[in-house]
Amino acid sequence: MTEVVVTGVGVVAPNGWGVEEYWAATLAGRSGLGPLTRFDSSGYRAHVAGEVNFTPEDHLPGRLLPQTDHMTRLALVAAAEALADAGADPAVMPDFSAGVVTAASAGGFEFGQKELRALWSKGPAYVSAYQAFAWFYPVNTGQISIRHGMRGPGSALVAEQAGGLDALAKARRHVREGTALMLAGAVDGSLCPWSWLCLTRSGTVSPRRDPRRAFLPFDADASGGVPGEGGALLVLEAPERAAERGQHRHYGRIAGYAATFDPRPGSGRPPGLRRAIDTALADAGLGPSDIDVVFADASGVAEQDRAEAEVLSAVFGPRGVPVTAPKTMTGRLLAGGAPLDVAAALLALRDAVIPPSVHIAQPAHRDLDLVRDRPRPARLTSALVLARGHGGFNSALVLTR
Amino acid sequence: MAVDNGRRRVVVTGIGVVAPGEAGTKAFWDLLTAGRSATRTISTFDPTPFRSRVAAECDFDPEASGLTQRQIRQWDRTAQFAVVAAREALADSGVSGVNDPVRTGVMAGTACGMTISLDREFAVVSDEGRKHLVDDAHGVPYLYDYFVPSSMATELAWLVEAEGPVGVVSTGCTSGIDVIAHACDLIRDDAADVMLAGASDAAISPITVACFDAIKATTPRNDEPESASRPFDLTRNGFALGEGAAMFVLEEREHARRRGAHIYAEVTGYAGRCNAYSMTGLRVDGNEMAEAIRVALDRSRMNPEDVGYVNAHGSATKQNDRHETAAFKKSLGDHAYRVPVSSIKSMIGHSLGAVCALEFAASALAIEHSVVPPTANLHVPDPECDLDYVPLTAREQRVPTVLSVASGFGGFQSAIVLAGPEWSGA
Repeated sequence: MTEVVVTGVGVVAPNGWGVEEYWAATLAGRSGLGPLTRFDSSGYRAHVAGEVNFTPEDHLPGRLLPQTDHMTRLALVAAAEALADAGADPAVMPDFSAGVVTAASAGGFEFGQKELRALWSKGPAYVSAYQAFAWFYPVNTGQISIRHGMRGPGSALVAEQAGGLDALAKARRHVREGTALMLAGAVDGSLCPWSWLCLTRSGTVSPRRDPRRAFLPFDADASGGVPGEGGALLVLEAPERAAERGQHRHYGRIAGYAATFDPRPGSGRPPGLRRAIDTALADAGLGPSDIDVVFADASGVAEQDRAEAEVLSAVFGPRGVPVTAPKTMTGRLLAGGAPLDVAAALLALRDAVIPPSVHIAQPAHRDLDLVRDRPRPARLTSALVLARGHGGFNSALVLTR
Repeated sequence: MAVDNGRRRVVVTGIGVVAPGEAGTKAFWDLLTAGRSATRTISTFDPTPFRSRVAAECDFDPEASGLTQRQIRQWDRTAQFAVVAAREALADSGVSGVNDPVRTGVMAGTACGMTISLDREFAVVSDEGRKHLVDDAHGVPYLYDYFVPSSMATELAWLVEAEGPVGVVSTGCTSGIDVIAHACDLIRDDAADVMLAGASDAAISPITVACFDAIKATTPRNDEPESASRPFDLTRNGFALGEGAAMFVLEEREHARRRGAHIYAEVTGYAGRCNAYSMTGLRVDGNEMAEAIRVALDRSRMNPEDVGYVNAHGSATKQNDRHETAAFKKSLGDHAYRVPVSSIKSMIGHSLGAVCALEFAASALAIEHSVVPPTANLHVPDPECDLDYVPLTAREQRVPTVLSVASGFGGFQSAIVLAGPEWSGA
């Protein structure tokens, strides 16, 4: 089957703007979590977030600003970085040879709050002409395809926090089918009062106010997750097609993938994460001993952490593989988190170093070889990235050098 | 007939529908073949302040449809439609109990997710827009399920006991085709043998109506609600909003054959392209849709002349119907003038992401019953739309294959091809 490699990476994250700034911060253990500043959170059940604050006028054409949500602006920045990194300009490529697949979770909710408010407080005539598409789930795919002239396949997937890996797998399929270049991943996030109210109703968000104590996956003191914004977009190509346009360098290949779903609670059947890992490894033609590092889903909800730790121990053996969660420095970025982990895993393979998890003082699972506080140099040839989505979604992606 | 990706082929073995008018596949097909329009003045809220006040509404009774009081309270109307349609599709296919959970998946399409609930709950927690800092104390416990439309996929997965790939495909008004295409890919790639797939949208709410008012996409023909949606007619002036769901059991062909399932049709090919032009506008030339059609036919190993019926997007906006007609001529050549083309949006309105799943149902039923549904309300031909749009009256004829297309916000253009069980290839 056609090999699919990553030739470009674009990142926007709470702890770094652009790939290299994000990677430097991540290796240094610098967290981007802080008190929520977008609005007064005192009336709500959570107070810490991973914000990405920037001046959009410095990065995007002015005409795009009235029609885009904050997360779409971030996605457009990451898309431009990924394509530049790959040395690709889809607008000059043959017709229909470049496409886009992104993942979303809730769409442009902040834009939506503004327009809902206009509707209810002033009337229908005050709703923006852009609302029809500025909030909808595939908005990032559409805006990216327009900005870069990408007329090939376009799609958007939603599987709460697991969808980002599904988007990369779908893009891999399009490359295997013959599309020369796919841009895929997710940049997501939603930090407005209306989304904050919805997010905190998930029951998985930490109520703590101390940014260093709010998100502690695999810690005895775990209290939930912290929402953040950002993510990563990647350029996927067949290596020979990349070489044809003069691009010989790549970060690694997408070697395996699988998605599974948990049975209904109380069914007595086992959850699906283990099968996602086993199936993704089989898809990559690898065994557990071939995996050098795992980027965990790391929900921060104690029960879910325990389930993940037990699966990792069962697949790889007790302390059988280094496990890390750099998302402790960004928060959980809705659909964007898993693609950001894929970016981090590719950079880890490139630089032979495992980025750390931070703030975890009391590891709760003895069988987990958690990489904490300091980066760990290691010979790395393959990495496993895991993502779970609220409601029962499990996705696993295998990357190799 | 072979497919593009080796031996695994995908067939439709179950259909479930919640459409404007009465729920159920039979009522839907009766409506279409009678050429009856289900559009009417909006009844679920006061439409007086809006420019467009007509829509095709479902006469949906959740209790009579078998939902519990708790489900009715908790689930958005979009999820209710999806589950009710899915139950009909599962019963129709007889697959329940036969399918292996780990080889079963779900793909749900939607453009607008849980819009009605979000709109209603926002009005409460914001005190009708007075408060920016929405009120936590008045928020219902289900807000997160409305926030993420993937909650609908979870309910469907539990219904069919799916433990394989599960998710939502959302590409605006092409969602219904793209979700079926993605589900077929998962079967072809051997990730599943059975997929429950389809799309649902129930978005006839103040915010949706206001959105389309703002860009004048919907029809202002408020004094003639029954004939408001007029695809390909010279007097067309926008689409009539609709709502509904259609869900399907898609099955690997040998899996279906082994259990002796009734096969409606095989999904032989599909493709999607972006116009990379505008989030809402269409180029007149129809190039991207034509390309999607060409690729979908190529993957189906079909020539243009093999297309027996074209189920059109036919939204009844000025630009769409022209754009689409150009795309048919470009991709099908002279055959575009000979093949029957119709838009069922003339009868069921435009239910956004759900509508091309409903159109996929109509396409499979056209094959099954050898009837081409008509384009209702087409009385005054538009000289720029000069194909055979099957005006007013259904046509009894063999339908060996169907091409169904869609076009939507974001620039998405999609095409999917179905072939009847007797189709033996070109």
